[in-house]
Amino acid sequence: MATIPVETGFIIAGLLFLLGLIGVLVRRNIIYILLAIEIMLNAAGLAFVVAGAHWEQPDGQVMYFFVLTMAAAEVAVGLSLVLQMYHKFNTLDANLINRMRG
Amino acid sequence: MLSLLWLVPILPLVGFAILAVTAGQLARKAVSVIAVGAVSLSALIAIGITVAYTITAPAGTVYSQTLWQWMRVGNFAPAVALHLDALSMTMMVVVAFVSALIHIYSTGFMADDTGYSRFFAYMNLFVGAMLTLVLADNLLLLYLGWEGVGLCSYLLIGFWYRDPDNVRAALKAFFVTRIGDTAFAIGIFLLFTSLGTLNIPAVLDEISTYAPGSTLPTAAAALLLVGAMAKSAQLPLQTWLPDAMAGPTPVSALIHAATMVTAGVYLIARMHTLFVMAPAVLLAVAIIGAVTQLVASFSALTQYDIKRILAYSTISQIGYMFLALGVGAWAAAIYHFGTHAFFKAALFLGAGVVIKMLDEEHDIFKMGGLRHRYPLTFWAFLFAALTLAAVPPLTITFNSKDLILNQAFLSKGGRGLWILGLIGTFLTAAYTFRMVFVVFFGPAQSRPEKTPARSMVAPFVVLAFLGAIAGIPELLTAIFGSQNLSSFLRSALPGPTRDFPSADGPWLFQLIYVATALAGIAVAYLLYERAPQYTRSVVSTSVGSWLHRWWFADWGFDWLYQKLFVGPYVVLARINRNDVVDLFYKGLALISRVINGLLSSTVNGNVRWYVAAVAGGAVIVVGLVVIL
Repeated sequence: MATIPVETGFIIAGLLFLLGLIGVLVRRNIIYILLAIEIMLNAAGLAFVVAGAHWEQPDGQVMYFFVLTMAAAEVAVGLSLVLQMYHKFNTLDANLINRMRG
Repeated sequence: MLSLLWLVPILPLVGFAILAVTAGQLARKAVSVIAVGAVSLSALIAIGITVAYTITAPAGTVYSQTLWQWMRVGNFAPAVALHLDALSMTMMVVVAFVSALIHIYSTGFMADDTGYSRFFAYMNLFVGAMLTLVLADNLLLLYLGWEGVGLCSYLLIGFWYRDPDNVRAALKAFFVTRIGDTAFAIGIFLLFTSLGTLNIPAVLDEISTYAPGSTLPTAAAALLLVGAMAKSAQLPLQTWLPDAMAGPTPVSALIHAATMVTAGVYLIARMHTLFVMAPAVLLAVAIIGAVTQLVASFSALTQYDIKRILAYSTISQIGYMFLALGVGAWAAAIYHFGTHAFFKAALFLGAGVVIKMLDEEHDIFKMGGLRHRYPLTFWAFLFAALTLAAVPPLTITFNSKDLILNQAFLSKGGRGLWILGLIGTFLTAAYTFRMVFVVFFGPAQSRPEKTPARSMVAPFVVLAFLGAIAGIPELLTAIFGSQNLSSFLRSALPGPTRDFPSADGPWLFQLIYVATALAGIAVAYLLYERAPQYTRSVVSTSVGSWLHRWWFADWGFDWLYQKLFVGPYVVLARINRNDVVDLFYKGLALISRVINGLLSSTVNGNVRWYVAAVAGGAVIVVGLVVIL
């Protein structure tokens, strides 16, 4: 099995992270923002795995499990918050839910 | 009995604490019982201690009682301790007794006042502070009492605080005495840094090892003198006392005649060893006293407010005490303090009765002919006036001022002071009887009938009577040559004993003084009772009216101070209205407000904006790490 060079792995992780960030910044629907955050988390996980493979250490994959667990928890909390918001404001547009300013 | 000494200053303070905590919630009757009871009990104990001390203790004994250690900072360890000797005992018993009588009087005088409880709370605090001052065995405790009486003086002058004039008078008294208090405090610091102790006997022991006239005793004595001058209203810091008459009359009697204003006399007598070590300062004391009594007597001649006449009279009598201190006649000064406390308090209480009966009328020329309507008040007032003017044999207490004059005459180079004092004797009799003739004689003016309360007349009569007979213990010597008050006082205040070379001397001089006083009374009778038109024609001449205005305005001291200190200060304050120092702090506030505006505009509640800010920040941080 041909090994993927570590640079390629990091570039892909970086591109994924950037995509996720752009998603967070440009999307207004909170569900899509949560999705974009998932992408960013996975980009970080990919970087861990690539680094673990490069140094032939298991730590990278262990870290990925942690990220996965954390992401699951985040989704649970995040989705319930989204539900609450929808109940309260009848919208999922993040721009309209700005009552906590100032 | 002596071990009860601590109760004397504590009881009035307890009374104050109760009245202060209940804050006017008590009934008037309860307030009277607490306030008068506390001070009367204190006075009874003081009298008991006096009897026990004079009977059991040999002359010169010092009884001291340490209550507790106040504080301990390095080698600075003042104790709260009381010191009882002939001097402090005389002061204590006079203060406590006069205070008790004036408290009884106040229950009548203040009966209709809304601030009844507040008044008695202040009065009790005053008595407690004054007794602390008198009994203190170290300078720090003395200073505590000193400031305490100053505070009460301020509070009670401005007691009727709704009138801005009263508040102004209170502030004036506070500021002027503050000058003296500051000097006194610096004097205490100086003594402590030089001698390492504040215990009065220890300080006096240490100071007597210095050479007379050397720097430390002179500086310390001069600073203490400034403190005494401000407290005792001596030239040139006397301007606050006439204005202090804005307070209720019992306050004028107790604080501004009998007790607090003599604190300066007590301070100098207490520290007499220090003053002996500073002959220049002692000479200054004598000159200040002699000049003050003369200046104040002239002012008293021209006043028409009965309380201001008495205020100038007080300044002048304290001037006599200073004269006595200045020539080293400590015992004579304290003797005069005692008799003055009685007769001057009596005069003030009598003036209070008259003022109260005539609906707050202070102008003596609007009184007139009160002799028939208030005979008891008249006779008591007359006896107190006779005591002030010192006319034997109508009053037995005629020689307290004469002793001072004798000592001044016999001291080295004291002839000039003696002449000033003699002129003062004449003027004292003149202004006192001007007041008596104008108030009680002459045509009666129709006014609504009123009867003074018995609680007011009784203390007044008692004080006048005591004033008239207070000279008995002193007279015993003149007749029998036995132990007397002066020699008792001298056990605590050793001073030079000066006697006339011939045995006829005292009698001859006594004759001179009596003749002078009688001449003063005669002049007052002539000018104000027999032929008032002469007075008017003298005053209407240009010199006469000019002098009258000058003396009436207290020799222009107020005007001078207004021009010298108050005016420039007000101008400076006006220039600096927008405080220069404030600019810096205002700048700080402005910068903070601008930054706050910038930052709070970023908190706009838009989640995506926050994310962008976080991402941008991360990029910048990473970029910095990479570049640097």
